[in-house]
Amino acid sequence: MSTHTIVALVENRPGVLNRIVSKWRQRGFNIESLAVGHSEVPGLSRMTFTVDGTTTDIDQVTKQMYKVIEVVKIADLTEHDMVHRELAMVKVTAPPKERGGIMEVVDIFRAKIVDVATESLIIEVTGTEEKVDAFLEMVRPYGIKELVRTGRIAMARGGGTPMAIEGAKGEQHRYRPAGEGKAKVGTLI
Amino acid sequence: MKLTGAQIVMECLAREGVEYIFGYPGGANLPLYDTLPQYPQIRHITVRHEQAAAHAADAYARVTGKAGVCWATSGPGATNLVTGIANAWMDSVPLVCITGAVVSWLIGRDGFQEADITGITLPITKQNYLVLDVNDLAQTMREGFHIATTGRPGPVLIDIPRDIQQEETEFEYPEKVDIASYKPATKGHQGQIKKAAQLIGESERPLILAGHGVIISQAYDELRELAERAHIPVICTLLGLGGFPGSHELFMGMPGMHGMYWNNMAIGEADLVMGIGMRFDDRVTGRLKDFAPNAKIIHIDIDPAEIGKNVKTTVPIVGDVKQVLSDLNPLVQAARHDEWYAHIQKIREEHPSIAIPNVNKLLPQYVIKSIYEQSGHDAYFVTGVGQHQMWAAQFFWNDNPASFITSGGLGTMGFEVPAAIGVQFARPKSLVWSIAGDGGFQMTMQELATIAEYELPIKFAIINNGFLGMVRQWQHLYYDDNLQSVRLLQPDFVKLAEAFGIAAMRVNEKTEVAPTIDKALQHPGPVVIDFEVEQHEDTFPAMSPGAALSETTDQPKFEEEPEPKKVRSS
Repeated sequence: MSTHTIVALVENRPGVLNRIVSKWRQRGFNIESLAVGHSEVPGLSRMTFTVDGTTTDIDQVTKQMYKVIEVVKIADLTEHDMVHRELAMVKVTAPPKERGGIMEVVDIFRAKIVDVATESLIIEVTGTEEKVDAFLEMVRPYGIKELVRTGRIAMARGGGTPMAIEGAKGEQHRYRPAGEGKAKVGTLI
Repeated sequence: MKLTGAQIVMECLAREGVEYIFGYPGGANLPLYDTLPQYPQIRHITVRHEQAAAHAADAYARVTGKAGVCWATSGPGATNLVTGIANAWMDSVPLVCITGAVVSWLIGRDGFQEADITGITLPITKQNYLVLDVNDLAQTMREGFHIATTGRPGPVLIDIPRDIQQEETEFEYPEKVDIASYKPATKGHQGQIKKAAQLIGESERPLILAGHGVIISQAYDELRELAERAHIPVICTLLGLGGFPGSHELFMGMPGMHGMYWNNMAIGEADLVMGIGMRFDDRVTGRLKDFAPNAKIIHIDIDPAEIGKNVKTTVPIVGDVKQVLSDLNPLVQAARHDEWYAHIQKIREEHPSIAIPNVNKLLPQYVIKSIYEQSGHDAYFVTGVGQHQMWAAQFFWNDNPASFITSGGLGTMGFEVPAAIGVQFARPKSLVWSIAGDGGFQMTMQELATIAEYELPIKFAIINNGFLGMVRQWQHLYYDDNLQSVRLLQPDFVKLAEAFGIAAMRVNEKTEVAPTIDKALQHPGPVVIDFEVEQHEDTFPAMSPGAALSETTDQPKFEEEPEPKKVRSS
């Protein structure tokens, strides 16, 4: 069991999110985080899932996800060297006498104050989940009134990308079996 | 050309070559019914319950290889289709279901007869659509048929609000379907095919497990060529029956929970198992970790998600069975495996598995075997689910492909009545038998009205043991014979059939079996025969749930009964 970061490119149509999430549900997975937004291709959305599971189980679900008609490409970025980030906004209790201390923590974590009120601050912090966790630990003593985290988004390092779809039109669902070249079961060529 | 949404649906159906729609009218699909007279080439069959529409369309598709079409109104009409859709989903059957929905401005407001049918059918359809713009309708219909019938076939549901059916738009039929994200591979990977040929060449004890995929891709000749060239015994799964000629010396019958004892043993000894167009279902494999312990596995299937799902595969090949086999066959060396074949035959002689004791009681197996013998190889056989289904499968050694129609994956009791309707429409000139259980028959027997209305000459054999037989067998074997809720109070099936205007007979003596079947075959219309069979007969061979194939129990040894026992009068 380990945490996997799965990225999917899907056609942006009603019900797609529901279909994909239901594939995880059918196999009994709990999704740790999920982030959805536009991709570089108009009409295609990019979803980033983090889930705990064995590589075999995850492979099985990604293969099931390919059966969703709108799914164009899926990759398990855990197999790649990747950059991953999460953004959090946190509303911290901040009476004037405490502000100095809070702003010191904000500086150290290169976070940003995005809203100021008389008794509170909204702070935006970006980084790995560990960094966000560490930041939250530091401000927790001041009192967290509200917290929102986007969940992980991720991208493979380097010039290439496992999410490339250009040039692969019409060949996107060609399946490469285990042991052929570098690809693993369930990956696409 | 300006057409209404309903006319667009009909235009698209006509261009897809649809002959029959199995359906039921209601408030939300009335515009569709309104257009029926304009399309006389498409015949609407009115069933008596929407579930029957789905099963009939499903069976029609299994026999013809074309998409089956059914429709229903919104709400309860749509939800009544659900079992039929799930059945088609589990058995990879191309089905296009069109449901009327409440008018678009009422969607999501709990309108009268509203059900979120696209939400409900999400996990049991290959794709589903809610059409909210009449301009999308033609494209959606075209895509729906394309998705249902290509790749691994499956059901597609198209939900159309009533106002969209009435709205007019310029109709243009999309000549091409191009879905960028949906391009199922049909050609297998050449390198993998070479590896498979090599494994076949190296093996000494090979077996083929042929499934539904062989029938779906009509790869009968290719499978036969492979089996004969490399001299490999062919075992057919429940849904694969008919994919390989039953009279062929290499045909071994069915494997698995109620399969032939010799097959279950042979799988344990084989050094190569080729799964062709099948999915290693738990009823076939038994306990997974003990499945084919000595074998390398070649798995040919069109659905990549099936590879490695249950069984670890040595050589996976994703592609259409027919294409893959035509690429594979030329690479396979001709070989003989006489020793292996003789070995299996020896197990077969020692464990005949489906011998029928020569007793005077009316045994269900005897009835089913007699039906096969008297009907010949050109007939079609539909079954329900349970003991009678397993006997029907065990004794099916026919040559005609796609002539054994049964609910495999979902195991839907009640399939036998409406499915027979679909088969008879698909093959109007052929003899169609529905081998029914007394329990399943009662689930869908209202369709006798449909059969009478359309004068379908279906022959029903109710294998009536007065019990839910398979459940009784499980309670008997695994629950200390604590028989609960399996004893059915029966209607008089003969009177019942007659109430629908259908000829009916009752048989409770062994000697009456052959003449009654003969009479049924002579009768030009539908017939219901109520076979009152021995009530406590168990289905053997049997593998208990969770057991391994090697732990299969063969049928008990029986003594021949010399004389009829004298009944003591009290």
